Amino acid sequence: MHRTTITQARELLHSKKLSSVQLTEAVFARIDAVEDKVQAFAHLMREKAIEQAKAADARIAKGEDLPLLGVPIALKDLICTQGSRTTCASKILDQFVAPYNATVVNRLQAAGAVIVGKTNMDEFAMGSSNENSSQHPTMNPWALDRVPGGSSGGSAAAVASHECIAALGSDTGGSIRQPAAFCGVTGLKPTYGRVSRFGLVAFASSLDQIGPITKSVADAATLLNVIGGKDKQDSTSANVPLPDFTKSLSQDVKGMKLGIPKEYFTGGMQPEVEKAVQESIRILESLGMQTVEVSLPHLDYAVAAYYIIACAEASTNLSRYDGVKYGYRSAKSDNLVNMYENTREEGFGEEVKRRIILGTFVLSSGYYDAYYLKGQKVRTLIKQDFENALEKCDVIASPVTPYPAFKLGEKMDDPLQMYLADIYTISANLAGIPAMSIPCGFVGTEDLPVGLQLMGKHFDEANLIAVGHKFQQATDFHTKQAPI
Amino acid sequence: MDIERVAKLARLKLTDAEKDRFSKQMGTIIEYIEKLNELDTKNVEPTAHVLGLNNVFRDDVATQPLTDHEPINDSPAHSKGHYEVPKIL
Repeated sequence: MHRTTITQARELLHSKKLSSVQLTEAVFARIDAVEDKVQAFAHLMREKAIEQAKAADARIAKGEDLPLLGVPIALKDLICTQGSRTTCASKILDQFVAPYNATVVNRLQAAGAVIVGKTNMDEFAMGSSNENSSQHPTMNPWALDRVPGGSSGGSAAAVASHECIAALGSDTGGSIRQPAAFCGVTGLKPTYGRVSRFGLVAFASSLDQIGPITKSVADAATLLNVIGGKDKQDSTSANVPLPDFTKSLSQDVKGMKLGIPKEYFTGGMQPEVEKAVQESIRILESLGMQTVEVSLPHLDYAVAAYYIIACAEASTNLSRYDGVKYGYRSAKSDNLVNMYENTREEGFGEEVKRRIILGTFVLSSGYYDAYYLKGQKVRTLIKQDFENALEKCDVIASPVTPYPAFKLGEKMDDPLQMYLADIYTISANLAGIPAMSIPCGFVGTEDLPVGLQLMGKHFDEANLIAVGHKFQQATDFHTKQAPI
Repeated sequence: MDIERVAKLARLKLTDAEKDRFSKQMGTIIEYIEKLNELDTKNVEPTAHVLGLNNVFRDDVATQPLTDHEPINDSPAHSKGHYEVPKIL
């Protein structure tokens, strides 16, 4: 029963065929059985979860109906949970307990969700493999010697191995979509501002967005309904209407225009990945969508602009970790500056330091205009590319990653190569548009999952959900089970 | 990149091995990002906010704090309601 989707779990719970306590216990039994191998979690909240499940059962017995009542959900460990640790997989926050819940946590709880635990990640969401966790790496449930992707690799691996029914991740440059693609699950990065980030530990504030990682597009719609919408605690959350996204599940896609960006199909990806993506586009055509070629001419500059902007923002956001107000403090210091320097040297991991250095450099006196300002201007060009392309179509289809999940350790020596693999995902963050990854095939002798990316206009998650759901009704890639 | 200057600005005390490694890696990364100079951006406005959101105001009304949690208790060193730090001068 741990293999259920949110939709299936709701049916079982409300028809009284299954209690939330039974479902939650089944999820923990699954965790006990596979977590040694997958290591998807940073820490579990077993006792609280069972209490929440009991409370949910009592409410179901009274006939209450809430979107997630009694459904076990996992949270990436940079989403603050009052009274239990939020570590960001960093030594510097190893023992940090947030004094309040993130808005998304309050919304999940108001919708009746059971929170099973916090998932592992790349430290401060910086990385594409989960190898940058200060605790332990997470393994890909499809091939345990491979990475689950990152930075929300723990959330994607937990969903793929059925250690939760669904999860939340965060996406700054692909951190929901790339691990969803690597783990064969569905991942949705909503429009910038769609979901409140109050209580999300900040990485790059002009790019970060929280979103669902699920076993189906239908589940992503349910979760987005719960977590989306204006929040007065987050002034960057957008004051726009929140539609009922589950209504998009019955929307027809016939006659809708599917944009194919020519720059994304110039041989940059593994041939088998390209074949899977192309075949998926044929499937969408067979469902009545009309393909049109579009152009995103500044694609080649996206990685450079992104790493300038993301690292600049990270270097300022992470200046708060100084050993004074919370978190880790180095014991070997004799003056204040020394204490800052030692604390940060001992508390941060390699990739975080690398990005702080790059970010500090591009913002430093004499280099600001040449790098940071230039990056912000190129961001404008990339955003305009998408505005122009999305005038010609409703949804853009593209690959998520150039290749499937790689082996642990394979790419750790060359940070630039790791960054370049983000080419297909980061533009959506720079443009602020919604983007979703759905399973679209399996490649290689190990049958590793591949993702198809759907991107849309600002606040038009509804069309992504409509197209993604129709695709999943016509295919069974998303119901294939990882061999674990 | 003058790695020692940047590390000082970032308040990071790097080891010699890290200085060597990061210097080399930064060289490669910066060379790559200079690719942006191929683009003429003279007449392009920088993007500060993707949705063009401007200042967001709310009424200045006092509300209850979120929790009764005392933030100072999160500090690794504090006493009598004050943060403790090593000597400054």
